[in-house]
Amino acid sequence: MTETAAAAVTETARPNRLREFWYYFRENRGAVIGLWVFAVFVFCAALGPWIAPHDPTQQFREYTLLPPAWQTGGSWEFILGTDPLGRDMLSRLIVGARYSFFVGVVVVSIAASGGILIGLIAGFSPTWLDAIIMRIMDIILAFPSLLLALVLVAILGPSLTNAMIAIAIVLQPHYVRLTRASVLSEKQKDYVTSARVAGAGLVRLMFVTVLPNCLAPIIVQGALSFSTAILDAAALGFLGMGAQPPTPEWGTMLAEAREFILRAWWVVTFPGLAILVTVLAINLMGDGLRDALDPKLKRS
Amino acid sequence: MSAPVMVASGLARHYEVGGGLFSKAQILRAVARVDFDLYAGKTLAVVGESGCGKSTLARMVTMIEEPTAGSLTLDGKPVVRARWPELRGDVQIVFQDPYGSLNPRQRIGAILAEPLAINRPDLSAADRRAKAREMLGLVGLRPEHYDRYPHMFSGGQRQRIAIARALMLDPKVLVLDEPVSALDVSIQSAILNLLVDLQERLGLAYLFISHDLSVVRHVADDIIVMYLGLAVETGPKEAVFAAPRHPYTTALLSATPRADPGAKHTRIKLTGELPSPLAVPPGCPFAPRCWKAQDLCRAERPELTGAPQAAACHFPMEPGEI
Repeated sequence: MTETAAAAVTETARPNRLREFWYYFRENRGAVIGLWVFAVFVFCAALGPWIAPHDPTQQFREYTLLPPAWQTGGSWEFILGTDPLGRDMLSRLIVGARYSFFVGVVVVSIAASGGILIGLIAGFSPTWLDAIIMRIMDIILAFPSLLLALVLVAILGPSLTNAMIAIAIVLQPHYVRLTRASVLSEKQKDYVTSARVAGAGLVRLMFVTVLPNCLAPIIVQGALSFSTAILDAAALGFLGMGAQPPTPEWGTMLAEAREFILRAWWVVTFPGLAILVTVLAINLMGDGLRDALDPKLKRS
Repeated sequence: MSAPVMVASGLARHYEVGGGLFSKAQILRAVARVDFDLYAGKTLAVVGESGCGKSTLARMVTMIEEPTAGSLTLDGKPVVRARWPELRGDVQIVFQDPYGSLNPRQRIGAILAEPLAINRPDLSAADRRAKAREMLGLVGLRPEHYDRYPHMFSGGQRQRIAIARALMLDPKVLVLDEPVSALDVSIQSAILNLLVDLQERLGLAYLFISHDLSVVRHVADDIIVMYLGLAVETGPKEAVFAAPRHPYTTALLSATPRADPGAKHTRIKLTGELPSPLAVPPGCPFAPRCWKAQDLCRAERPELTGAPQAAACHFPMEPGEI
């Protein structure tokens, strides 16, 4: 009798969390496509130097501005053509994925962790502290974001690391506002009061009770700002304030190719397309993530 | 009769409202003065219209808010802020809205085990799980519900889960803040019967807050009728329902629908609005709406007198007056 009861208990044990996540994620086809593109992107970022056909900085002086392979004058040795210095475009794009991915990951982790923490504190703090924090965030938001990032990079000195720090600071207030707004609306609900009646302390209330319920919009914001970070890093690179040549960063590549827009379309088009496709894929994926992670959107 | 589990005397809670740079803050007396004794295995119902301070009373009793004045004792121990952590487990609450009172991100098992995880660190995770499963059975849910999320349940089932969570710490006092008013009538009776059953089995004391007098008639042993933060009538249920002494109670009772079409029924219609709690009349707070009010009522606030059925009225109702 007891054995059957025990068997029934194990039988109804929770399904594997990962499988459950995948079940709901799969329903959004755009998100799945985005995930595959993102997987290719991550693959390139991880193994770039080993899968690239050439060294991204090697200059083939006799093959400058070679068009892509399918055009007349193209060569299958340089599938996407070469840039004005004779470097292979495909290799540079593959290796460049590493920089963009790195920028996205670092910026989102710094901005999100800092922003969520400050937002939680603001949401739970007395009015005066909340007011101070939010006015500081308003000041940061009042600047045009790229301009502020430019100023910060100008102070810190142009490099990819400093560009990432600047972008993280610029993106942070979005997380603070989002977290605080969710915290304030969740804090009113009875389940928070009942956790308090059960004796939960402030830290437990903040991180165990309230934070998980605020995560859905923050995850979407994280995915979106992953792409914003890539875009901003590319923009800073384009303006000469981000990654420095000869780093094959996509934005820097665009900047170097500016003069050749009319003569050689491939030197600007391919880095631009790489940025576009990556950003789009990440945004699609972020949407699917929200569907899969929010229990309120789940169908039992 | 044994000693009361909980004694409240002169309990009051004031809020400061308004009060900007140039205006003085006003004092809102959400609960002006309430006294009660709560006995194990008994139900004390608090009734009154919205805004009369019922929920504020619940928040004070469950140690969410500190009373501005008055004292509260639990099993003879004074309930003061410094001792809240150790006394918490003895007073738990069930909320009105079963859709807002369960954390949507936690599975039922985690919701039930949370009070234990906080207050009983000596228990192992396996013990907590075992106790949570046992509690699920006690409130009439099945073991497979343990791993589900709250959104997979109906309102009545959620309320059962909320009751189970409140019972996890073996409380002595359970505050029920309109526990059935958000539910369908058919579900209401099932939950009320569960509550009555649990009370008999576990010897719980209930502080039952409601505006629904038919529900109160079903579950209560004693009643407090509140009006604008003051208790206007208290007493055993039978006495209060049979012969209310305060005109407000009379009016409240006359507004309850009865399932007896042949019975003589006089509906008292009150005129006027509930006065603003910021400007409570100096005399009896009910005087502006009372059909028996005289000059004395407007000038002097009546005390709660009489036992066991007490009423705060200068001219209490006589039996059979209406």
